[in-house]
Amino acid sequence: MATVKSAGKGPGGGSAAARSLVSVFTGYCILIFFALVFLYPFVIQIGNSLKTEPDAAANPLSPFPDPFSTGGYEKAFLNTDLPLWLGNSLLVTVIVTLGRVLLDSMAGYALARLRFRGRRALFSAIIAVMAVPGVVLFIPKFLVLNQLGLYDSYTALILPVIVDAAGVFIMKQFFESIPVSVEEAARIDGAGVFRTFWSVVLPMARPALITLTIISFQGTWNEFPHTLVAVQSPELFTLPRGLADLVTGSLGKGTQYPLKLGAALMATIPVAVIFVVFQRYFVRGANEGADKG
Amino acid sequence: MAGTTIPASRGRFRGSTALRDNLAGWLFVAPVVIILGLFMLLPILMALWVSLTDWNGQGSPFRSGVPFVGTGNYTRLFTEDGLARQDFMTSIRNNIYYVAIVVPAQTVLALGLAVIVNSRMLKGKTFFRAAFFFPSVTSSVAISVVFLFIFANSGAVTSLLGVFGIDGPDWFSDSRGTLHLLLGAVGLVDPSAPPAALTGGGPFGLSWWEWLSGPSVAMTTIIMLVVWTTSGTFMLMFLAALQDIPVTLEEASMLDGAGRWQRFRYVTLPMLKPTLFLVLTLGLISTWQVFDQIYVMSQGNPSKTTLTPAFLSYQTAFRSFEYGSGTAISFVLFSIIVVMTLVQRWVMRERDGGSRRRRPAHASGRASARTGRS
Repeated sequence: MATVKSAGKGPGGGSAAARSLVSVFTGYCILIFFALVFLYPFVIQIGNSLKTEPDAAANPLSPFPDPFSTGGYEKAFLNTDLPLWLGNSLLVTVIVTLGRVLLDSMAGYALARLRFRGRRALFSAIIAVMAVPGVVLFIPKFLVLNQLGLYDSYTALILPVIVDAAGVFIMKQFFESIPVSVEEAARIDGAGVFRTFWSVVLPMARPALITLTIISFQGTWNEFPHTLVAVQSPELFTLPRGLADLVTGSLGKGTQYPLKLGAALMATIPVAVIFVVFQRYFVRGANEGADKG
Repeated sequence: MAGTTIPASRGRFRGSTALRDNLAGWLFVAPVVIILGLFMLLPILMALWVSLTDWNGQGSPFRSGVPFVGTGNYTRLFTEDGLARQDFMTSIRNNIYYVAIVVPAQTVLALGLAVIVNSRMLKGKTFFRAAFFFPSVTSSVAISVVFLFIFANSGAVTSLLGVFGIDGPDWFSDSRGTLHLLLGAVGLVDPSAPPAALTGGGPFGLSWWEWLSGPSVAMTTIIMLVVWTTSGTFMLMFLAALQDIPVTLEEASMLDGAGRWQRFRYVTLPMLKPTLFLVLTLGLISTWQVFDQIYVMSQGNPSKTTLTPAFLSYQTAFRSFEYGSGTAISFVLFSIIVVMTLVQRWVMRERDGGSRRRRPAHASGRASARTGRS
């Protein structure tokens, strides 16, 4: 390509090379600047969580603790309910993720493949549900949980979010993209619908299942407003709820930034690990989210 | 396997399949239908009823003793002079400024980053893409805690500004409107003694001066946080669209002698139009729902300048126990978002209709026409 360019431009080739060198340099400068803007807050968070309180207040910008102190973490694990929040978050996230992967893919498969009556209407209803903004459902969800006597229980944390319309949509799209011949062969061999789904279709759907698992895990682990309207007992707090309480509520005595930043880091680490390992699935999830719009 | 038996057995097979598919289909979708019905559809219907009452959270909202107020909770937000309307209109004002800044800022930033990351001359694409995207996958609550620290009075931003000799504001306690500050700085009005013409009156119970406040300094910290967290997702959408642009098209325009800006303006941008509209409208829908960051960082303070309709509805229901009023705010917010969604659908349909097929030829034609002249 370079030869084509210089051949085409003739005498101007030399200055073009210099210009492109300058633009490569500018490009990297911009990229590195924004990489710092996007990542440095996390560096500050880690650094300051390992500082003493006076050090964090005096040198907030420095990533290096002086002196090094794990006091914030000790306080977070011993003086707050952080271990309980972590346990609740893990429990809720694992159950909801498993539930979503199974139930969303069952529904997605039925909508893609099984010619049952009312299929089209149901699919339109699911598209409509996806468009309902979550924020206007806070009070309505509380009303239902309250009416059913589920308010302030693990069931309230889990059941309302154990299926999601977007997941159904992603799975339906995926099942429609794979060839139908293998299933037909299995069904002509006499396998029932569920057998076919479980042992023939699901194994083929691995990439979509991983994407769904990851976005469900990330979404549920980070979920905050639902916990506000589902539970009120501190024993049922998940990590984001506990964190919010720690920062805004009665527990937030003084600044205690090393403690708060350390506790917040506990919420970030699991998602960060999954992000680093499964980055391409996150990317796929984000773009599938775009397609539904 | 005689030829004559095949149609018969096929027919029977097909009949039983139809029955089996009907049964299996509904069994497969049953969990999703029941749960979405129970926790999406039913709640909305219940909430519609509650928004017509003065239920205070005691007992069931469907008892006979609950006072029915008709559309009172809605009219109070628009036509009756009082605290309810003033708070609601303040929250609408705050959110309008928030939308007006966040949506363009995140779109431009996402597009710019995507174009640079996509550049074929630069290496490390995967790393930079990951770096920019990472904030948007993390917990909004955890990130808000970090930003509370970064913007604290003795925090990182204040010390960073100090390096350049700038005396930063007390971010979270500063309720001054930035538009007021701007008007004051250029000497148009004195913010401490605004002109009587503006303070005298205005629509919906707020004076013109209050409507023209701009986002408060405290709100700008939340704006910065949100732009910082959402740009990464939108950058990915732009990046996916950029990678769909045929390389030949760019090379052709390059050979035609188009400069970098011309190439972006007349080749890249027209190809990105559908994504651009998608990003803008997704932004319009999501920015009306801002809640988590407000809850953690400001709770609507200082002086209600970070109050948003979403937070106000939560606060009215769960803190003041005025469930009817809180639900009514939710439904007004719902209709705002529905309007945004309909606008999105409408705009996308326009785009999808005529332009998708003819755009590539059109765009390159324009590019070469343009460069041919220069």
